[in-house]
Parts: sequence; C-alpha cells; structure tokens
Amino acid sequence: MKFDTPATENPIDQQKVIGKSTDRIDGPLKTTGTAPYAYEHKDIPGNVAYGYIIGSAIPRGRIGGIDTLAAKTAPGVRAVVTYQNAGELDKGDFNTAKLLAGPDIQHYHQAVAVVVADTFEQARSAAELVDVKYIKDQGNYDLSKVKDSAVSPGKTNGQPADTSRGNFDEAFASAPVTLDETYTTPDQSHSMMEPHASIAAWDGDKLSLWTSNQMVEWGRGDVAKTLKISKDNVRLMSPYIGGGFGGKLFVRADAIMAALGAKAAGRPVKIALQRPLIMNNTTHRPATIQRIRIGADESGKITAIGHESWSGDLEGGGPETAVNQTRLLYAGENRMTSMRLAELHLPEGNAMRAPGEAPGLMALEIAIDEMAEKLNMDPVEFRVVNDTQVDPENPERPFSQRQLVKCLRDGAEKFGWNKRNAEPAQMRDGDWLVGMGVAAAIRGAPVQKSAARVRLETDGSVTVETDMTDIGTGSYTIIAQTAAEMMGLPLNMIKVKLGDSSFPVSSGSGGQWGANSSTAGVYAACVKLREKIADKLGYDKGTAEFSGGQIKADDKSAPLIQAVSDKPLEAEDAMEYGDLDKKYALQTFGGHFVEVGVNAYSGEIRIRRMLAMCAAGRILNPKSARSQVIGGMTMAAGAALMEHLAVDKKRGFFVNHDLAGYEVPVHADIPHQDVIFLDEADDKSSPMKAKGVGELGICGVSAAIANAIYNATGVRIRDYPITLDKLIQDMPVAI
Amino acid sequence: MKLSNFLMMSRRNFLFATAASSAFIAISKFAKATTSTPDTHKTNTNTVKMTVNGKPQELTLDTRTTLLDALREHMDLTGTKKGCDHGQCGACTVIVNGRRINSCLSLALQHDGDEVTTIEGLGNPDNMHPMQAAFVKHDGYQCGYCTPGQICSAVATLDEIKQGIPSHVTEDLTAEQKVTNMEIRERMSGNICRCGAYSNMAEAISEVAGG
Repeated sequence: MKFDTPATENPIDQQKVIGKSTDRIDGPLKTTGTAPYAYEHKDIPGNVAYGYIIGSAIPRGRIGGIDTLAAKTAPGVRAVVTYQNAGELDKGDFNTAKLLAGPDIQHYHQAVAVVVADTFEQARSAAELVDVKYIKDQGNYDLSKVKDSAVSPGKTNGQPADTSRGNFDEAFASAPVTLDETYTTPDQSHSMMEPHASIAAWDGDKLSLWTSNQMVEWGRGDVAKTLKISKDNVRLMSPYIGGGFGGKLFVRADAIMAALGAKAAGRPVKIALQRPLIMNNTTHRPATIQRIRIGADESGKITAIGHESWSGDLEGGGPETAVNQTRLLYAGENRMTSMRLAELHLPEGNAMRAPGEAPGLMALEIAIDEMAEKLNMDPVEFRVVNDTQVDPENPERPFSQRQLVKCLRDGAEKFGWNKRNAEPAQMRDGDWLVGMGVAAAIRGAPVQKSAARVRLETDGSVTVETDMTDIGTGSYTIIAQTAAEMMGLPLNMIKVKLGDSSFPVSSGSGGQWGANSSTAGVYAACVKLREKIADKLGYDKGTAEFSGGQIKADDKSAPLIQAVSDKPLEAEDAMEYGDLDKKYALQTFGGHFVEVGVNAYSGEIRIRRMLAMCAAGRILNPKSARSQVIGGMTMAAGAALMEHLAVDKKRGFFVNHDLAGYEVPVHADIPHQDVIFLDEADDKSSPMKAKGVGELGICGVSAAIANAIYNATGVRIRDYPITLDKLIQDMPVAI
Repeated sequence: MKLSNFLMMSRRNFLFATAASSAFIAISKFAKATTSTPDTHKTNTNTVKMTVNGKPQELTLDTRTTLLDALREHMDLTGTKKGCDHGQCGACTVIVNGRRINSCLSLALQHDGDEVTTIEGLGNPDNMHPMQAAFVKHDGYQCGYCTPGQICSAVATLDEIKQGIPSHVTEDLTAEQKVTNMEIRERMSGNICRCGAYSNMAEAISEVAGG
C-alpha cells in the first residue's frame, strides 16, 4: 500500500482502541522477570559456552603481537579468537570502525580478542592471561584543538552541511540587538540498562543470533557483510531489548565475537559486553562546539539567525547534526547554518536519542532565552513572535501541522509562568534560590517503509508478525491496538510477535519513526486481511465494516471466525511513502517548562517541577506515549546537570566508563513530571495520522533547565553539564 | 531504632566501594606480573545450600560465582538482571533474609543457609504481587530490564520504612517513619532506570504503600 496523498477517514479514526490509555500487553512479563532478553534465551541447540571480550588498551596504533597460549590452556577454555585466526572479516555498512581490531587499532577498547570457556568465570579469568603487545600511534582527542582543521562533511542523511537564505552577514551587522555566543555540549553515553548481548549458534552455514538490536534488518545485513556470509544464512532475533536510545541501532562486537567464538568452539556462545567496556567499545553522542548569532529588530522580530556546529569523529564517520532545528524552528529572513567535522580518534560517535536536535536545542534554546532578555521580552512571547508556519529556508513548503504557539501558551498557563520574576535571583524559598525556565522543542517525524503479516486464526484471534522491535517504547501494545481497531476485535484477541528476521521487514526502532511507521505497516496488512475475509464470506470489501468480532454490511453480519472454519487466513503488506514529507515539513513540537531550586550556599541544583506540552499528531496510546516523554525529560535532565564522558586527552579514551563514573539521573533527581498532549491528527503523516514522541521528550528540556538555573541565580552557563562547581563562583552572596 | 540492620547503600558509598575494588584489581595485576603463578586460575568448586523463593537449593559452584550468576546461570532464574556486575545500577537487586542487596556484589558461597527472594518469588504473570500489578498500572517501566530490581527494591523499601529504618532524607529519626515521595525517591536511588520511568514508579510504590 502506498501513502502518497493525505489520509481520509479510515477505521483508525473510530478510536475505539487506538488513542485509549492502555496498559502494556507485555507488562506482566516484564514486571515478573519472565520476558526473555538476549542473554537469557533458553532452548538454544547445544551446550552454550561463555565469551569474554578483551578491549584494546590503546586508542590508536597496532597490535605488535598476541600471546594466547596461557589463556588457551587455562581451565575450561575452548577457544581464543583474535584477528590472527578469525578469518577475513569485512566492516558493516553502519559501522565506522571495525568490530574486531587487528593489526590496526582504531579506538580504545576496540575488541582485540574473545575468550570462550565453559563458564563465565573461566572465560573472565582466562581473558586476563591474553598478552597483547601494542604499538601506540599519536592521535587527536581534543575537539577544541582540532576544531580549526574541521571540514565540510557533505550531506548527512540527505541534509546538506551548509544552508543559507538572504544575506545573513549584512542583516546581522545591521541588527539593533544582537547575540553572538558559543556553547559546548560534551560526549554522552546511551548507558541503556541491558548491556549489548548476544547468543550465537551455528547450524552448518546458518547462523542464529539472539541479540539486542533495534533494527533487525540492518543488523542481519551487517552481520552477514561483516562475516562475509550470505544474508539468507543469518537469522536475527531480538524480541525484548533492555533499552537502546540509538546505542543498539547497529551490530556491535558482542554479536560478531559471539558468532566467531561459536564457530571456533563448535558450540553456541553467549556474550554480554561487560559494563566497563561499553562506553569506549560502542558508540556515543559526540561533543559539539556551537556558535549561535541572532539579530533582531526592536520589536523582537528575528532578522538574522546563524548557527554553526563543530564535532569530531573517526575517519569515515559523520557529524553531530546540531544545526537541524535551527533550519526550521524560527522565522527570520536572513539565515545560515553550517556543520564542520574534524577527525578525532576517540571511539565512534553516532546516533543517540534525537541526534542533532538534542544537543542543538541545548544551545539554541539558551541563546533564545538570552536574546529575549536583551530585548526585554518574555521568553515565551519572543518565541511566539518568531513563529513560522512555513519552512523558513523554503517558504513554499508549509508544515503539515504546527501548534508550537499553542504548546507554549497553554503550557505557560498550566505551569503558572506568570509567577516567574523576569529579573534573575529574586525568588527564594528558604535556603533555595528558585527559578523558572522555558524552551521550545522540535523534532522531525520521519516515516519508513514497514511491513507486517497478520493472520486470522481458527479460534478467531489475530496474530501479527513483523520484525519491528520494542525497546521500551510500547510497540507490542500499539501494534495490538492497531490490529484490534482494524479487525474490530478486543485487544485480548490480538497476539503480537516481534523482532525476528523471519518476519516481514519493518521500520525498526529509531529516529522516533517506529510507532507511526510500524503501525501503518500493520494497518496495510489488516486492510488486506479485511479484503480476504470479505471475499471469503461474500461481502463487498469496499463497504464492509468490522466491529464486535463481526463483519457487517447493510443489513447482514457474520462472525469473523466463520471465515476460518477450515484454515487460518493470512495477509501481508507494507506501507510505503510518496513525497508528502517533501511537500510538507513533518515535525513534532513541544513547550517545556521547568522550575529549579539552587541552594544559595552550596550551588546544589534540584529540579522541582517539569511540564511538557506536546503536539505530535494522534497519540496511539497516551499511557506509553507519556512514558516516552517523561523518559526523554529525564535523560535531558541528565544532559543538563550531570552527563559527561570525560576525555583523557593524553591517553585518548573516556575515563568515566561505567555507571558509577558516568552519572545518570536517579530517583532522587526526578520530581513528578507532567505531560500534556494536544489533540491532533496529522493526515500528511500516514493513515494512522500519528507522528512520534520518543525523541521529542528529550528536545529542549536541557535548555529549559539551564534557563531556569539562570533565572534562579543570574549565572549563565554555556558549557554543559551545569554542575555546581561552574555555578558557585558567580552566585549571589548568600545571606 | 535498628541501626545495625541499616544497609542502605547510598550512591556515594557505591562509588567508594567501586574505587576500592578498582584499586584491588590493580594491585592483584601487579602481583601477578611479579609471581606469575597460574594457581589463581584453577577452577575450585564448593557446595552451597540456600532457599530460593521458598525452594531448597543445593549447588556445587565455581567459588568465583556471584549470587547473581548462580541465580541466572545455575538456577535458571533470569528475572534478576545483570546491568553492570559492579554494584552500580541495582538491576540485580534481590531480597536476602528480608533485606535487599545487589546480588552481583556477593559470592554465592557467602549465602549458605540464606533465604533468597527474587522477582520470580514475588509473583508470576497470572498472579502478580501488588507491586508488580502497580508497576503495570502506572507504567512504571519501559524497556523492563531494570524492572525486576526496581520491584524487589520497592518491596524492601516499604518494609524498611515500616521497620523504622531511617534514610538520608528522614527529618525526625525518633518519629514514626512516613512513606513520603522524597523517602521513596531517596531509598530507591540505588536502582537506575535509564528509560526514565521514575515519576511513574514513585506513584506505583506510593499506591502500594497506601499513600
């Protein structure tokens, strides 16, 4: 089925099941510990052995030699695999660095060997006996030092490195009110709770891989390419994923080393990346340096807006696209954006929740707050005045739907924004300086082709199969809701099977496209199944309705089960897309409001209240959508206040590479969070009229926190994370 | 007050413990380089008896096996999760003799004679513990990986408050303890949820507490 004209009325609009707040159907499994994650699958054919990965102790250079003899003869050891005996390997299309090093080392903790043994304890112990000699090369690890050597990265995901309209330089130079500031965001880690983990089992040439991966089809392709085997010989299964946030978009060393280890040992092998390896072995969100210039007239209209961003990556990698949002968020006749990429020899940078917009808005939305203050305008009003209903770089292209102003205005009212004192450091509650901050949020709502298979079983239930994944997003439930709505059945009559490459290829989970795209694929398959049922029972497929377990038309009806008295009926289809996303800017929007307390004596920062006002098309399941947003808000609180992969600029690695050193928010850091969704349905997005919320929730929030801290203290920090040591020297004298 | 029972590890204590264990590893590596005896790599086994979810268990284990790996790899109880294996994340939280611990931080052999309750011992999909049901109702989880640890921790947290064990945010040590939002959040802070379901968990726990 092709979606190339705006959606008209369809069965989803009934909203009998879709749009209702629904407990997750996988909830009882997850809360009782019975949902099997990658490392936990049972019924693996053969006696499973354990793999333990050794990461490189240098960031750049070569392996001079590896002595594996002692490890090989240690108790229980079945194999040690290094580049010397792994056979020839390729690199996955989605990987920047190779997953097994040798002889060249491309980054710190790049896998150099896997030890396979009968038990985990034996493998771990023997790993210490592998003696690797390294020859170290010089490298660049400091973004600020190599910034001036950065070059244009060319197109990234179809987007150019530079854009411009009008004459920015002239307009900025002549603007009566201007801002020119530089902001920095650090390297960040996904730090999902489940480590990257895999079980690999070979049956002749055929590889079965139970793994934790957001994109089953990408993964199957890259496993095949890396191992130089046919894609048809790889089956990848990923039914439950303990968090991804972009860190599991790609195949990582656990999967490849498990496959290599299993081949060498002649047994299935399971591997979980040990936690201290994850930050340097896998991907991270790259640090940025961002310069923002804004010029406005005295009425507060932006006349010039410029955003430049610098980031680094390994050779062959890409930039952090931190200027994305500035191309679309605010009006302004004269504008420019630019991205530059420097070569760094830190581990591979790649996508983390809302790549581009998350760090981009961390900078832009502080700049907007600063500009509002210069103009003596309320920051909500300044944003409202500069709203645009068309793509400001291409004014002939409207937004499909844009209710940013309503998000900001309604949010301000709900939050009690009028109680904010525009003058900083004026509100006090006991020992605490109190401040409020606001930020706008924007995040793309891309769609991807997605397929599904649906089957009306002989007991009258419906089974949905698609290789879509649920990374905590609620895919199981919204897919069941979609099938229930389409087939006119209650939710408990739908069985959903996900994350298996033997199922039809879905959109997968990434870029907040999963909910809309995967349910649209299920919609397409259900349309086909409805037609088959209508044909079988002699109904007109154009007019037949499905509700209450019946097919109905005019004065007659029949139970669906009648169509499967002899055997199940199956249908498969995909939803594909035309160019509506080129004719219209498809985006999601939000207004974020935060109140913080900053201890007047110590500079300790506590978040007191958070509100997100979101506009993201039809909300398929408000309960799980709200969870997506509060999760984003929580990760954004981490980005604002604590998350920071500290670079050892001499030795070339992330120093705080575990969950004690890399701090993420805990219960005590996060207050009750409010989320409100505007009632929307976007007919340009898909027949579901939905968009995505998984990444919208992290966008803008960090800046709202930064702005609240400024409002509380009068101290403007432009270097994330905002920690008390940066604040305290300039805090007002406490009395 | 039973301060002797007080084993609430704060984040700072975790950090301290981790730093200490790193130092130990560094020293042992140095020792290895100078003596190069392979004896430390011999597989020694021993037998341990414990009661897990009401069922007596007798296991012969590699002495290096943690309680976490004993549960997951030797008793097929994979509900208890390995998130970091270093006592930093709380995903492996189980209840031992009525008290919550990080099962990755103790060896199985230390638990001879102990009563261990894991997530599987609290309830199952057809018969959920009230805390499990409240987590489903309030959507107090997303990916589900930290969830068993959160739920074990939450059950033990309410019990600690009931027993009058104070926390860092307890204002009056002599008054009767109350289940406040801040008490819950403080006491639960050893259990990280990267999906960020904290706000919902606090509501689920509060509901079970009758708050």
